[in-house]
Amino acid sequence: MYEFKYHRPATVRQAANLLLKNEDAKVIAGGHTLLPVMKQRLASPPHLVDLSHIEGLDGIEMKGRSLVIGATATHNTVATSAIVGEAIPALAELAGLIGDPAVRHKGTIGGSLANNDPTADYPAACLALGATIVTNKRRLKPEEFFQGLFTTSLESDEIITRVMFPVPKKAAYIKFRNQASRYALVGVFVAKRPSDVRVAVTGAGSEGVFRVTSFEEALKKRFSHKALDGMTVPADGLNGDLHGSAEYRAHLIAVLARRAVEAATAKA
Amino acid sequence: MAKISLIVNGNPVNANIDPRTLLVQFLRENLRLTGTHVGCDTSQCGACVVHVDGKAVKACTMLAVMADGHEVRTIEGLAADGAPLHPMQEAFREHHGLQCGFCTPGMIMTAVDLVHRKGNDLSDHTIREELEGNLCRCTGYQNIVLSIAAGARAMAKSDLA
Ligand SMILES: Cc1cc2nc3c(=O)[nH]c(=O)nc-3n(C[C@H](O)[C@H](O)[C@H](O)COP(=O)(O)OP(=O)(O)OC[C@H]3O[C@@H](n4cnc5c(N)ncnc54)[C@H](O)[C@@H]3O)c2cc1C
Ligand code: FES
Ligand code: FES
Repeated sequence: MYEFKYHRPATVRQAANLLLKNEDAKVIAGGHTLLPVMKQRLASPPHLVDLSHIEGLDGIEMKGRSLVIGATATHNTVATSAIVGEAIPALAELAGLIGDPAVRHKGTIGGSLANNDPTADYPAACLALGATIVTNKRRLKPEEFFQGLFTTSLESDEIITRVMFPVPKKAAYIKFRNQASRYALVGVFVAKRPSDVRVAVTGAGSEGVFRVTSFEEALKKRFSHKALDGMTVPADGLNGDLHGSAEYRAHLIAVLARRAVEAATAKA
Repeated sequence: MAKISLIVNGNPVNANIDPRTLLVQFLRENLRLTGTHVGCDTSQCGACVVHVDGKAVKACTMLAVMADGHEVRTIEGLAADGAPLHPMQEAFREHHGLQCGFCTPGMIMTAVDLVHRKGNDLSDHTIREELEGNLCRCTGYQNIVLSIAAGARAMAKSDLA
């Protein structure tokens, strides 16, 4: 790890000012992505701005029909929150599937979204549920926020403060884990929303998380796993690597989407 | 340099450190608490697990400056020197839950955290799921699972948390 100066702001405004004043400064939340890449010297921010002392940034609450999760809420907090379990149980389950217990005690939702790892879990939930990502500057829809592998539309002095999830009628997330890393080899989040159905896939797309509109249309007509019988997705544009070929991932998407619909209908 | 003050195994500690110092480095090299191990240094193996404010974390993936103002407990903090072992340590001894012992401090700290979160009656399935972040190269896990189930039960009858 290269040397850096450590800052501990008490407010989001102070944190944003530190980012603005110090070129190439980065925020650190749970550090469970940033520290490993700093150790490998793939990142060498000269300034680290620690978000963990900003009060109120990790809250979880209902606001009208939306579940609002603060950026520094850990995966464990989301997984065990009664509010999340009540409003969107699929989201609590997703958080409980991330990494291992120690990772879940440190990793945060804001860090996960800002990192936009193509195999991370939260991006699929955001896209399927139609979440709003709120920063110190603006509100972003997932389509505007996620910009491809490890890329988001966040500006260098922009900080995610919270994520707003409209409560769906039904939802489920099914993850097929990479046996070694525990990240998603493929993960499918299905959400039946008041106006439509969304199917979002992580782990498979060469450009990161994406929606399967053909599945969505079939499920909008009939929200049953049977509506997907015989339906497939093309392997073009999917990742193929030592963990699985693009064809294998395409197959998994269809299988997991069916299971997710089954799980979502079983829950209600 | 950065000034930090924290509680380690119940004792106040003050230090002036390079902000790059990892918590595990600080514990091992500054405080000489070498029970906490570094197996991988890439957040995978769990040999470095300690408790921060009562929660299991991988000390190789946390900066010591981020522990400032917090409470850290390591394997050395489970039972006093010379006193009887903590029930989870005793269960690992009794049930042969270790061979080389390298992974053991992390296994035990993870197990104690698991009992705090999920109680004293743990199924094999739960234990195996919860050991996701802890690797052992020797045992094949069978006796680790046995030890944790027994240690969890024993903790219900012990004064040591
Ligand atoms: C062993 C292991 C297993 C894992 N398994 C999984 C898994 O199965 N699924 C999964 O999804 N993830 C997994 N992860 C990743 C984990 O969820 C990370 O915690 C998460 O991706 C990053 O969150 P963080 O809070 O640790 O962010 P950090 O590491 O602190 O930061 C990551 C990046 O986000 C930026 N950032 C952080 N917070 C904000 C914010 N509020 N606003 C703007 N930018 C911000 C940082 O500057 C940095 O660039 C795993 C990690 C490990 C170490
Ligand atoms: S040394 Fe920390 S997880 Fe392996
Ligand atoms: S006992 Fe040797 S690594 Fe676990």
